[in-house]
Amino acid sequence: MSKDNKILEELTSKDYEHGWSVDLETDDAPIGLNEGIIRWISAKKEEPGWLLEWRLKAFNNWLTMTEPVWANVHYPKINLQGLRYYSAPKNSNKPKSLDEIDPELLQIYERLGINLNEQKRLQGIAVDVVLDSVSVGTTFKETLSKLGIVFCSFSEAVHKHPELVKKYLGSVVPMTDNYYAALNSAVFSDGSFCYIPTGVRCPMELSTYFRINAANTGQFERTLIIADEGSYVSYLEGCTAPQRDENQLHAAVVEIYAGKNAEVKYSTVQNWYPGDKSGKGGIYNFVTKRGICAGDHSKISWTQVETGSAVTWKYPSCILKGDYSIGEFYSVAVTNNYQQADTGTKMIHIGKNTRSRIVSKGISAGKSQNSYRGQVQVMKRATNARNFSQCDSLLMGDRCGAHTFPYIDIQNSTAKVEHEATTSKIGADQLFYCNQRGISTEDAVALIVNGYAKEVLNQLPMEFAVEAQKLLALTLEGSVG
Amino acid sequence: MTTTIKNNLLDSILSQVVSNPSFSELRATSRLLLEKNGLPAIKEEEYKFTGITKKLENSISDFSLAKKSDLNSKTVQSHVFEGFEGDILVFNNGFYDKELSSVSQNGYIFSLITDAKPELLGKIAAKEKDPFVALNNASFQDGVYLKIPKNQKVENPILFLFLNQSNGGQVIQPRILIEVEENAEVTFLEDNISLDDKAYFSNTVTEIKVGQNSQVHYNRLQNESKNAISVNNTETDIHRDAVFTSVVVSLSGDMVRNNLSLNLLDSGCEGNMYGLYLLNGKTHVDNHTNVDHTKPHAQSNELYKGVLADSSRGVFNGKIFVRQDAQKTNAFQQNNNILLSEDAIVNTKPQLEIWADDVKCSHGCTTGQLDEEALFYLRARGLGKEQARGMLLYAFTGEVMDHISDEAFQNHVVNIVQTRLGSNF
Repeated sequence: MSKDNKILEELTSKDYEHGWSVDLETDDAPIGLNEGIIRWISAKKEEPGWLLEWRLKAFNNWLTMTEPVWANVHYPKINLQGLRYYSAPKNSNKPKSLDEIDPELLQIYERLGINLNEQKRLQGIAVDVVLDSVSVGTTFKETLSKLGIVFCSFSEAVHKHPELVKKYLGSVVPMTDNYYAALNSAVFSDGSFCYIPTGVRCPMELSTYFRINAANTGQFERTLIIADEGSYVSYLEGCTAPQRDENQLHAAVVEIYAGKNAEVKYSTVQNWYPGDKSGKGGIYNFVTKRGICAGDHSKISWTQVETGSAVTWKYPSCILKGDYSIGEFYSVAVTNNYQQADTGTKMIHIGKNTRSRIVSKGISAGKSQNSYRGQVQVMKRATNARNFSQCDSLLMGDRCGAHTFPYIDIQNSTAKVEHEATTSKIGADQLFYCNQRGISTEDAVALIVNGYAKEVLNQLPMEFAVEAQKLLALTLEGSVG
Repeated sequence: MTTTIKNNLLDSILSQVVSNPSFSELRATSRLLLEKNGLPAIKEEEYKFTGITKKLENSISDFSLAKKSDLNSKTVQSHVFEGFEGDILVFNNGFYDKELSSVSQNGYIFSLITDAKPELLGKIAAKEKDPFVALNNASFQDGVYLKIPKNQKVENPILFLFLNQSNGGQVIQPRILIEVEENAEVTFLEDNISLDDKAYFSNTVTEIKVGQNSQVHYNRLQNESKNAISVNNTETDIHRDAVFTSVVVSLSGDMVRNNLSLNLLDSGCEGNMYGLYLLNGKTHVDNHTNVDHTKPHAQSNELYKGVLADSSRGVFNGKIFVRQDAQKTNAFQQNNNILLSEDAIVNTKPQLEIWADDVKCSHGCTTGQLDEEALFYLRARGLGKEQARGMLLYAFTGEVMDHISDEAFQNHVVNIVQTRLGSNF
């Protein structure tokens, strides 16, 4: 036990690897939130009138809403008036090539291991890097534009493709959806926009790396992915953030629209700063992610690896509207120290012969609380709907908690819905078996955890899977209790 | 609970309550709670799918406290199931009916709650947890207190026979307190019967203390009229090495809500919960179960099964709590549903909350239909469609009925279920 404690201590006292911040000159909005700030953001971004109106409408809606309290997480109340709602690096005058990008910025990404030049050459990924709030570099645009694929920052899309943005913005996550989605609709700074035209199969993985940089800036990302009829896209999102003492708010909105026969695969590795080992600091991650399978035979697949954030509140959902459409949700959520996660999914079956699959693996260590909250709803007309849900929890140490809140609401007699959940710890016999064969306890834990999460990790694209495995090992090594 | 619902039921019932000095504190504190919180609105998580307050207001226009009516022994006899041997406690609209009951006190001690004034009353069922417990606390009219002394095995089962009448919408609130001491063993049967088919509201609270190393079986059948609205609260404290088994079979009613709570207070104890709901018409049955593991080495098993036809609705909410000290806990929970019609609805929420790491907990839940191939197999062997379906459904439901601990009662339940499944249910 004492050895375990030592290892645990070593690991938990390890400083956050990505915890540093580079001083950049920023062009910031004044602290606070009111109609003036929204007009200021909108003007700063040279947005058209309809978008400003939309923002203001969302803001007025938000004013009538109250903060949700049903989630199984506890945190001090956030002073939303004490935040800065817009912060952009100053040298952001639309760079035309990588050479024009502030070398200091490039350096940050290099330290994070996502050198744009490298990736461009070696991995064949188009990276749309978001630093704080303004998108500063977009690569591979040419290759993509030849196919008619639009992959750019949200603000660029507002200017270049207003008809698409106007049509789909808020169509999946309406501005009245929930407290944080409404807030995001009012103040969102930037994000990614992606449009795949009819019949096009996107030849590469589209990837966005988010970073929070300026202190006290809530980051309000807005992502909109539209996959037109018969198209396919795989989208990656990864997060790291510098170390801070104050809690930072991250309230993003992701909307996915899949047309007839279209398929969208959305993968996330989330590694925001989780706070130190005494639970101080860390990011509040209150995200609304939702996709709609609008056309027949369409498919949306969410895969997430959640290792960071002090408080996570996130339910990537699928609305299965088209007949024969498919929704998938694969998740690994790891919490350690004082982290709290309340995450899961919603599968709303509306169309006939729709299918959904949920695989959720929770791992709690330290004094953390990990909750799965999911809903499977089969509407009256969703004949032959099929769902399979599995949510397993792994507990490490006797101070943590694992909770499951599955809601299953069936209104159609032809539905077949299965749900199963187990809770367990790493068995002494499993560890003994490994030890006996010369594998150290620490390696054995990594081995077992990776095996436990394999079903989900397998869903990740290659590059992400490697990173995710490293993250799992880093977060959990030695925390066997 | 933040919204205060000023409603007809609460006002009229509370104004009719006759004060009883023996329970003045229990009544007063519960009343205060009720006046503060009101009855549950549909917005509340615990009553999300069961709008019982609204149902009551819509079904009954004039709430009145129940009155004992004139029943003869012939009526009682006609409602006692075949083959029963043992003592019968008859509740006439919620009032214990001395003339109609047969109480031998063979192996147990019987008294009226109003006479015995047991200290334990109101200590097991938490009024804070459910407003209907508070309502019963504040306004119950009659009840019984049974005590099974140390080392005593009660040979014959004890039957609680609830005979309920509408009388223009009365509120029937019986109260039962059972105290089982160390090393004792007893089986209870409960049958709920409506004597007419008009609406009434029955709100029962049963508190059971299961003493160290004792064994208690509680089998309940709910087969009331299509207009009966009932809430049943059963809460048990289970002590060291004791075993408590509950079987609840719900077959009819307008809206039925069962709150069953098992508090596993010490190590080595075991709680079993089995439930069956076989619903048709517009019947709405809601089973909320709650298991609280507080100490190590305890075990709980749960199996609830439902068959839903027509536009019936079944709600299942099973909570398992495993506290930090409750290491080496085994907790299993399962809920299976079969939907037979387009209009039937199932809402299920199997919930696990675990704070201990060395535990084995699992839950599973399914909703589906009968296996087409199994049906085909039977039909290929010359069985009619109805017959084949009935046979498969009987097999599905049998798993729960197997756990009824009294043979005669089991036959009684099986007969009703078979008749229902055989007809065009």
